[in-house]
Formats: sequence, C-alpha cells, structure tokens
Amino acid sequence: MCTMIAHQVKIQGRGRSGPEWFEVREANVSYDHPYDLPLEHALNIDFVNEAMGPGARVAVELSVDAARQLVRTIQAVLAQADERGVLEDRPLAPVSAGGNPRA
Amino acid sequence: MYQTDQYEGMIAETVSMRGHNGDLINAYVARPLGAGPFPGMVVIHHAPGWDEWYRECTRRFAHHGYVSISPNLYFRDGHGTPEDVGAKVRAAGGAPDARVLGDLDGANAVLRSLPYVNGKIGVFGTCSGGRQAFLAGCRLKGFNAVIDCWGGRVVQSKDELTPNQPVAPIDYTKDLGSPILGLFGNEDKAPTPEQVDQHEAELKKHGKSYEFHRYDGAGHGFFYYDRAAYRQEQAVDGWKKVFAFCERTLR
Repeated sequence: MCTMIAHQVKIQGRGRSGPEWFEVREANVSYDHPYDLPLEHALNIDFVNEAMGPGARVAVELSVDAARQLVRTIQAVLAQADERGVLEDRPLAPVSAGGNPRA
Repeated sequence: MYQTDQYEGMIAETVSMRGHNGDLINAYVARPLGAGPFPGMVVIHHAPGWDEWYRECTRRFAHHGYVSISPNLYFRDGHGTPEDVGAKVRAAGGAPDARVLGDLDGANAVLRSLPYVNGKIGVFGTCSGGRQAFLAGCRLKGFNAVIDCWGGRVVQSKDELTPNQPVAPIDYTKDLGSPILGLFGNEDKAPTPEQVDQHEAELKKHGKSYEFHRYDGAGHGFFYYDRAAYRQEQAVDGWKKVFAFCERTLR
C-alpha cells in the first residue's frame, strides 16, 4: 500500500464472514487505501485468523472521524460496564488449532 | 491506432513463471496474435492486489500491440479473493522490495525468451506498482522504458523505511537505465506534488530522460474507473501519454 502504516494486534474473539462464525486471532489496523470506502485513505480494520488463510477476514473501512468516534465509544462502553461491575476481564479458553469453534 | 479493416486477435491466460529465488509463481499474460515482433510490457499490479483492473490493464497493453505479463507479486501470501490477499499484504507492510524485484526480473526474462518479442521491454505500474516500476528501472537490467503512475513513497524519510522497503527508491535515481514517464495527480497525498518535485529534481540532476505530467483535479489512482478516484478527462489523456511514450521508446 502507499502509506504502509499498519499495526497488528493479537486478540481473542469471534467474527462472522458469510454464514459462518470463525475464531478471530488477529486484528490488522491500517491507515491506507480502503477497498470500498470512497476515500484515498481510511482507517481499516481487518479481523482475521491467519491460520485459516486470507479469506478468514471481517473488514471495516472507516473515515477518520468515524474511527475516532468508535474508539471513544468502545472506551465509554467498557467504562460503563466496569462501573456496573459486569466486566468479564479474563482470557478466553484457547480453541483448538484450525480456528472455527463450531467445526 | 487500429483501423476497422485490420485483423486483431489476442490470447490471455494465467501461466506459471519463475520469480525471486527461482520460486514458481503465477502470472497473467496477454499477447496479440501474430508473428510479431512485438515489444514487451511488465505490468505491476497496485497495492490493493492482483485484481480485475490489472487483468484488464494487461489486456489493454496487448490490444495496443504489446506482449504483456503481470506477475502475481502476492503469490506467496496465499490465495483467495484479490481483496483478502491484498488486505493481508497491507497488514504486513507491503511486499518486500527484494522479492518484488526478483519477480519482475523473472517476468522480464519470460518476455525476452519469447520468439515474437522484439527485445524491448517496458515496465508499467500504478500506486505501489509505480514505485516498484521505478525501482525496477534503477535496479534491474533489461528495461527500456519505465512508466510510474502516481507511485507513492519513491521519496521516503528515514522513519518511513521498513525492513520490507529499506531504501528510498529516489536514492537509486542515478542508476536509472531508461527513459521514464511519470503521471501524477496534483491532489494526491502519496506522492504529494512536493515529493514529485523532489523526484523530478533528482532525475534532472542525474541527466535522466524523463517526462512528467501532473494533472489538476486528480488525486491518487485517477485511472481506476471502479473507484471514486476516477477522473475521466485526466485518465483518457494519461493513457494517450502512456502509449505515445511506449511507441517512442519500445518500437
């Protein structure tokens, strides 16, 4: 890409691409060319599972304003959950290799 | 320019070729039918991937009489839709320059081996491919024309250098071995008009043969009819500039 501004973070979660859910192991965050958003550059987040191949991907492409709002909103929701004492701040049990927890 | 009573035919298909380190990768080849001799063109896909636009671009060069090959520079990154594979490479900070150059050298060798190629080979690329086309013109032998369309990061500051792209291409300008055509949009952010100025100054300093065209009302990727960046007037003129340059340097 033309900016090469990209970071990867290891995460635990589930994502849905098509009809199936899959285990998400990485989030790739970049500020570079989006595929569909009509902007030259965008904040792109790909939730992926590299072990499952390039097709295991849930993609979002956000404007800068949308990305900042999203960050603030996530922090606010987590803070609210923390205040109410409902945060489940513990790691998930590992899923067997291969990735699809329902397979 | 084709005439209405002229014969025209083309073969286009996916092939295998040897790339960097002798690796087998795939490539898309389009060639005009006939004995030739035809000039060759290595077509470097853009950062978003080895996609349909690049298939069409490869056939476009064939339509204009060039034996064209577009290597899949992301072959080693897995297979899937061009978007999914391109997103994977985006996350990895782009394809490594050394590997790309090896693949482009392999594509050049394929063209040179063909009996209907006239021995003159150009290299065309847009976006990251524009940068890589310039790199190829500087680092590889055997290219007779370079077409850099809005190649970003030809100029890189020290903190922009990465393990995959460890040297700013502008630093290789003195080694450029062929004429270069550059097309740029004045509203582009990568490269900015100031970076294009720097690139032009470096070419001038080293006495290189260059032709830069800069378009008002256009940003990055103004040839891409499938994206919001498309600018019809500038794209039509840009393609005319591309083929005029190729006719002059490769026939």
